[in-house]
Parts: sequence; structure tokens; C-alpha cells
Amino acid sequence: MEQTVDNSQEAQKRIRNFCIVAHIDHGKSTLADRMIEMTGVLTEREMKEQVLDNIDVERERGITIKSQAVRLIYHADDGQEYTFNLIDTPGHVDFNYEVSRSLAACDGAILVVDATQGIQAQTLANVYLAMEHNLDVFPVINKVDLPSARPEEVKQEIEDVIGIEALDAPEISAKNGLNIKEVLEDVVKKIPAPVGNIDAPLKSLIFDSLYDSYRGVIVFIRVREGVIKKGTRVKFMATGAVEEVVEVGYFGPGQFIPCNELSAGMVGYFTASIKNIRDARVGDTVTEAENPCKEALPGYKKAQSMVFAGLYPQDTSKYPDLKDALEKFQLSDASLSYEPETSLALGFGFRCGFLGLLHMEVVLERLEREYDLDIISTAPGVVYHVYKTDGTMISLTNPANLPDPSEIEHMEEPIVSAEIMVTTEYLGAIMQLCQERRGVYLSTDYIEKTRAVLKYELPLNEIIYDFFDALKSRSRGYASFDYELKGYVPSKLVKLDILVNKEPVDALSFIVHEDGAYERGRKMCEKLKDEIPRQMFEVPIQAAVGGRIIARETVRAYRKDVLAKCYGGDITRKKKLLEKQKEGKKRMQMVGNVEIPKDAFMNVLKLGDNQ
Amino acid sequence: MNWSERDRTADGDVGCPVSLYLHFPFCVQKCRYCDFLSGPADEAVRKRYLRALEREVLLSAEDRSPLSVDTLFFGGGTPSLMSGEELEHLMKLLRESFRILPDAEITMECNPGTVDREKLADFRRAGVNRLSIGVQSFRDEELRLLGRIHTAGEAERCFLDARAAGFDNISLDLIGALPGQSSAQWMESLREAVRLSPEHISAYSLILEDGTPLKEEADAGKLLPVPEEELDRKMYHDTKTFLAQHGYHRYEISNYARSGFESRHNSGYWTGHPYLGFGIGAASYFGNRRWSHTRSLVRYLELLEEKSGGQSSSGPDAFGKRKGGLAGVRQEVPNGLYEEEELLDEKDRMAEFMFLGLRRMQGVSEEEFEKRFGEKMESVYGPVLRRYQALHMLERKAGRVFLTDAGIDVSNAVMADFLPD
Repeated sequence: MEQTVDNSQEAQKRIRNFCIVAHIDHGKSTLADRMIEMTGVLTEREMKEQVLDNIDVERERGITIKSQAVRLIYHADDGQEYTFNLIDTPGHVDFNYEVSRSLAACDGAILVVDATQGIQAQTLANVYLAMEHNLDVFPVINKVDLPSARPEEVKQEIEDVIGIEALDAPEISAKNGLNIKEVLEDVVKKIPAPVGNIDAPLKSLIFDSLYDSYRGVIVFIRVREGVIKKGTRVKFMATGAVEEVVEVGYFGPGQFIPCNELSAGMVGYFTASIKNIRDARVGDTVTEAENPCKEALPGYKKAQSMVFAGLYPQDTSKYPDLKDALEKFQLSDASLSYEPETSLALGFGFRCGFLGLLHMEVVLERLEREYDLDIISTAPGVVYHVYKTDGTMISLTNPANLPDPSEIEHMEEPIVSAEIMVTTEYLGAIMQLCQERRGVYLSTDYIEKTRAVLKYELPLNEIIYDFFDALKSRSRGYASFDYELKGYVPSKLVKLDILVNKEPVDALSFIVHEDGAYERGRKMCEKLKDEIPRQMFEVPIQAAVGGRIIARETVRAYRKDVLAKCYGGDITRKKKLLEKQKEGKKRMQMVGNVEIPKDAFMNVLKLGDNQ
Repeated sequence: MNWSERDRTADGDVGCPVSLYLHFPFCVQKCRYCDFLSGPADEAVRKRYLRALEREVLLSAEDRSPLSVDTLFFGGGTPSLMSGEELEHLMKLLRESFRILPDAEITMECNPGTVDREKLADFRRAGVNRLSIGVQSFRDEELRLLGRIHTAGEAERCFLDARAAGFDNISLDLIGALPGQSSAQWMESLREAVRLSPEHISAYSLILEDGTPLKEEADAGKLLPVPEEELDRKMYHDTKTFLAQHGYHRYEISNYARSGFESRHNSGYWTGHPYLGFGIGAASYFGNRRWSHTRSLVRYLELLEEKSGGQSSSGPDAFGKRKGGLAGVRQEVPNGLYEEEELLDEKDRMAEFMFLGLRRMQGVSEEEFEKRFGEKMESVYGPVLRRYQALHMLERKAGRVFLTDAGIDVSNAVMADFLPD
């Protein structure tokens, strides 16, 4: 049932496209829920907790990953009916790219700040990102119902640190539904209506997409100019693909609602029987085939893969399934990159690029859950620049491809500039952590008497494993963190190989700074020793740098039940025992002659530097 | 099916002899490590069981052309609990039902404390020509731990009585790797065994089986730990060396014998020799089928006791005919007596040929394999063979494939790789 929408230029003035930005746990999703309730699109009964976070993984982790949009109808105090398109954004630092794409569809942003915590690292990061996209930002002070709330101080902090007007910011409790009405009125007053000529040729930006097995690719767009409707022959400007629109619509809470057309200023979706998912690239401009716009919209800051790891199906015959899953996954998460690779230990798989380690974990979980795959991942690593003696440089994403040391002139590793916001009592502990991670101290800026921003330069490979965890544990959860890639610096890097029964396990090789090689090697060996069950023979586990063994453990051999008596010719019982043994073998991955449980790799890789 | 059909499915020549196994599930008291189908019972139940067992033999045997029998084994439980007359009666029936070859090996398991010289002489007279004495240990402390009913002294007495009764082929069973056992303590039992100079010695490791009192105590932490795997292995290697010095060669993973006294019955299990089991829980292998008997004593008695005290066949209601019966075996055993029947296909038989054959130190013959299956061992098991050869766990020499000492240590893992996928 298709809805008729008033698409006049006049109606455009009553559209507000906006997002909510916040530091993690400052209440963004809860506020979104309340706004959806208040605008009456949903009955209370339909209201699921945190409507926008409809992916399982997000629900469990309490963070929003995949940007989503919802259209709300709001009857404002001025008597007018407004159309709100609320576009959800991820809050985590790993997902800056996704934030970028969501922001590109908006005209303004609500900044949610926790009245007890004040500005945090990601508050700043997200606000700056919004400002880069020329969005009008207005603040909201959340959690004012908490005893430790200090809304006045936080408002002052926002004015001082961010430099936007905050003294009249609504003081709300999203949890209790307090003062939400003020927020809705501010959306009407402080966020500009979209502009854009309805009569101009179609010009719209793809800010997201989704693969649906029935409808093909569902393309999420923000229409900048013109109109799109059923039957429009659209052209994807980057790929040149032309398709005929089958359906257009807007985003109901958790569902797609078809309508007759989408015009300049509106946010919605269309389908066009697009089967090749590569034809609908996020960031591309969609125009009319017969009457195209002159130039494409500027895309936005492209995602940069910071962390790389090999993903392999546990069951090697599932390689095509993994390939298919990655293809579909990439459609809705353009920040994921992948290319095929082969591992001696793990067979055929893909080297995948992620925004960060959290992103990697989320992707892994979703691939396993949504595509029913069992996946083994190799040690995550960053991109190293390897300068060779012949004057060429290679970007190394897979340690296995490291050239022979004799061909290497020098290597460089990526460095980030990190901002860590922390209360002063933990300043020392955090500084020590940064030193341990080869950090270079830059500055300490005090936001207020008890809170400071620490600035460090840190090698990226030192923060991709467990830096977040270490940060949280050493600051009792008070530190927040944001980083940005700064560039590459020369570094004394070595490749650490793990050998099981004298055979290198390529899946466990990684690049590490010379000074940390021994410690890492020793821990990997210890951990692996616990993961590998006793074998038919003694199995040495060694860590080696350039052929030199730097650590060793041994898995001793077993001889289980070999000398059991076989009563009365009961061969069947004996056979069952052997069958059980054989079943057990199937859960193992053969590396050389050693049987390694398939989950051992992941367990070893989870190894924290801090343990 | 008929005889000629059997010739194609079973693996021998026409009239290939079979082995017989008779299970006597009763004992004086259940040993604390034992999870086998056995337990104490009163005299009346034992008598009923023996009658049922005899009836099963009677019903199973082919009357026109009786099968030849080359080995016969009375296992348990404690078959030596039977009286001389009972065994004699049973043997008489067996001789009437089968053609027991003149040189047949007839073994009885015998536990010290259940026999005297006179009874042993009765057994010998009835035809038993090999005794397997369950000594388990020559240390009283260990015997108590295991819940045996006898002392080391009584075990020795039993052995000497057997000799005096005319047994010139005696095996002693020993169990090692007991909780808290040291290498020296194990050697003590071995030395005692050797001093008695039996023809054959079986040496197993204790396996703590679920549901046994010993296992429960071990789980509750009430027992000293069983020897570490390294120590267990050392004890096993020492056993081989020590027994070899005294003239016992290892011919199977856990069995040692003076030359010519290898157990023919047990060897049959490892070489695909057909055997018929009788009594509860007994396993059979015949005509490419494996099956076992019901493990329920009550059911066994119910099925085999004559309801109206009359004919052996009291109609299809009580004794339905077995479908797809067994060639060479009369088809009048009651329904429900057998369970877990399994028809082995070629792949299964190949696998059994390999993993059972590898238990023997002489291993398996490549020529024999090809003769039986029409395929080369190499073409079926090439990769597995080469993998374990490379690991020095299997050796291939003079047309035979066998486990090395290193291979024996982990033989289950090696054998498992010969099972079909």
C-alpha cells in the first residue's frame, strides 16, 4: 500500500534531516527511541527497546553499528506538520567512516552529552566530523535525572571546548522521557530545512544499502535535486549502470514503507532489481539516465582500512559461501575490504581490511551469525610500508608476503595521533600504558581541574589488539579515546613466526617491533601449548625471528587407552572407541602432522598484551 | 542361504573352522574396576543360565553339517565358578552340536579362589586344555585395591594346582598402571609371574571405566593418581624388554608368549577368523556380519527358557524365525536375542583387516589384503600408510605392514585413521 507524499517545493521547508551524535553510552539510542515514541509513529506496544539498533550484535554490545534511518511525523507547536528523517550513526571511533556516510545525508545534528561525564573523546571526534560536513549542531544535555548530573558545568564545557551555543540546551532524561518535547522543537527551529530544486535533474547520494534476497539491492538515498519515482530510469554515475526503479519509499521504524515518489530534500530508498551489488556503491551519485545532472555530488571521506586479517572458513569447502557472504556484507558495510589469499595452514580465504579491531570483531560475529559460517581469523595486523633495496615500496597487509630481509631497505609503520580524555587521578597510569606501547608524549591539556586530554603519538599496531581494554582497566572505565591516522615513520620491525613441530604456521605470523618480539613470542607459545592437545608425538612450539628461535614450549605426547583389554571379541566396542577418536580428529586442523583444534587460532589471537 | 553361499561371504575355504565364545557372566563378587557384563548371582540363577546357554547352543547349531571348531573360549565373569560336572555337560553338548577339531584350543578363564586341584582336573578331563588365570597382581595391596577376592599367595597356589592337574598351557593376566603404582611395584608382579613360568602372559593397563567404584573414587580424589602417561609408557617398554629376556615375545599389543603358545583364539579376533558367541553380551562375527547378544540376563532367560516344558520350537509366537538368517547357523534362535547387528561392507572389512591386524606385532600382509579385497593395500591406504611411515609409527617390510614401538604407543590414533569416513 503506497502512500502519497506531498513533494512540493513548499513541503520541502517542513523536512528535517538530522542525526544524533554522541560519545558511546551517552544515550543516543535511547533519545532516538523517545523521539520515535513522541512523534507517535509507533504505539507503545510496538516499541521495542532501542528501535534503531535492530541488528543482534548491536543489541548485545549496546552500540550502533549499521546506520539506519527512520521517518517521523511531528506536529510542532507552530501548528505545522514536519517530516523528520532521523539517521542513526555509530558512536565508536572505529566507525568514523560510517558516521561520515550518515552525516552526508543530514542537514543537522543533535549532540548528546552526558550530564555526569561531560565531553568525552568521541564527543569531540563526532562533533568535528559533523562540522566538517557543514551540519548545524545543537547540544542536548542527557541524564539530568542522575544525582551526579552537573548540567550547568557541562553546558559551559561545551561552549568552552567546542565553541557552540549551549546555555539554552534542553536538559533531558531520555530514559525517563523528560523534556523530549524541547528537543523536537529544537529540531524544527535549529536544524535547517533542506534546499534543492525539485525541477532540476535527479541528483541523489547513496548513503547506505542493504541486500535483500527478494528485492535485490535496497539503495538508501538522500535526494539533493529532482525527483525519483517508480519507473525512473536511474544511472549510477560512478559505475555507469542503468536500472529502472521498481519501488521508492521511506523508512518506517524497522520497516520499509513504499510511497509514490521522493523529491529533493527527502531521504528514502529505492529498489531496481539490482543484482550486482557492486553497481550500487555507497557514496555514488544516482541520477536520471535520460536527463542526467551535470556533475556528481562530492563523495565523502573514504574509509581507510586500518586493520587487516585473513579470514578463512573452518570447513574449507565453505570457501564459496564465505566469498558470497563477504560480497553481500560489503554492500551494507562498504568499509570492509577483502581480497582472496591462500594460507598453508588454513587453505583458501580472504585478506580483509577493517576500520579497527572492534569493527573486525563485529564483522566476524555478523558473518558467523547472519551467514551461518564458522570462521578462523589470523592475527590482525596493520599496513606496513616496506621499502626495498631496488627502490620500490610495497604496502604489506599480510606478513606472509614480507620480502626476504636482504631485499628490505627499511620498513615503516603507521602512527596515529591519539587523544585520551581521562580524569587526573588516572593520568599516571594511562601515561605509563602509552609508554609501554611505544607512545611519544605530545601534550596534556586540562579541560577542567580534574580532567585532561592527553595527546600521544602511538604506533597503530600497538593499539589494535587490546588497547581499549587496557585503557578501560587502568582507568576504571573513566578514560575515553580517539585516534586519527597521522602517517608513517621508520621503525625496527621484525616478522615473528610461530613454528609448530618445526613448521611455520603462516596464520600466526605477524610483524612486531623488535623490542616486543621476545615477549610476544613467549606468550604465543605458552598460549598455543595450552590450546594444542597432546599428540601422537612430542610437539615443539617455537617462536622465531628471522630463523632464530626466541621461545619454545613443548606439547607432550599421549598414549590413551592403548593397552585396554578387548573383552570377548567385542570388536564393535573397540570400533566405536576408534570412531570417537576419528570424530575428534575432524575437529582438528592439520598443520603439518599436528592436529590443532580449529578454535585454537582464534583463542591464541585473543591473547592480550597485558596478561 | 546355504553352504556354498557362505563360502563366498565368509573368508575361508569350504568348511573353514570357526571359534566359539561362551559367556559365563557370574562371579563371586564384582571387581572394583570391572565394567564388563558380569556380577554375582545365586546358585539357582546360575543353573538356569547354564540351561538357557545350552539351549541356545542347541538351537543355533546346524544339525546336518556341523561347523568345525578350532578354538573354544569360556569367558566371563568367572567361568571357573562352574562345577566340573556342569562344564562336562556343556562340553558334551558342544561336541554334539559342533565338530570340535582334535587339536582345538579350549581355553577357560579362571580366577584364583574359585577352584581347587580336583576341580581343575575335572576341567582338564572335560577337554579344557588352556587356562587363563586372572592374577592381575602379585601384590596383596593392589589386589585389595582392585577388589579381587584372592591374595597373591592364592593366585600362586591356583597356578601350581593347575600344573598339577595337567595344564601345560597356562596364561597369567596382569593389570598395570594402577593408582599410585610405581614402576618397581609393577616389575615385582612381572617378576613373580615369570618365576612361575607360565606359557603366556597378558599385560593390560587399568582403564578407569565410567560407573565403576574405582573410577568414582578416583574422580572424588580418594585415590592416588594413576601413573602419568610418560611413566605408563616406560612401564610398557620395560615390560616388553623384561619379558623378552625371559623368553616371552610380544605378539600382540598386550600379549606375550613363549614361542608356539600364542593364543589362537584371541589371534582369531585380529585376523577376521569367524566366531560365534553364546550367552548374554557375547559378540559374534560370521558371514560378514557382526552381532551381539542381548545384555539383559532376564531377557536372555525369558527368551530361552521353555515356556511349556515341551518342544524346542514352541511356535512362531514365542520363537519367531529370524529374518535374513545366518548361513551355517540354524535359524531357530528367538527374536530379540541378538542386537546391534551390523553387516560389514567391503570398506568396513578393509578397515577391520587393518586396525585389528595391526594389533599383532607381525602386522598385516599386503598380499593377503589383495587376495581378500582384490585391491592393493597401497591404492586404498597409501596416504595413511605413508604418513605414519614418515612418522616412524608404521613400518613396511617384506610385504607386511606393522606398528613400530612408537606406533604402538599411540596405536588407537593410528588405527582410527583406517576407519572409513
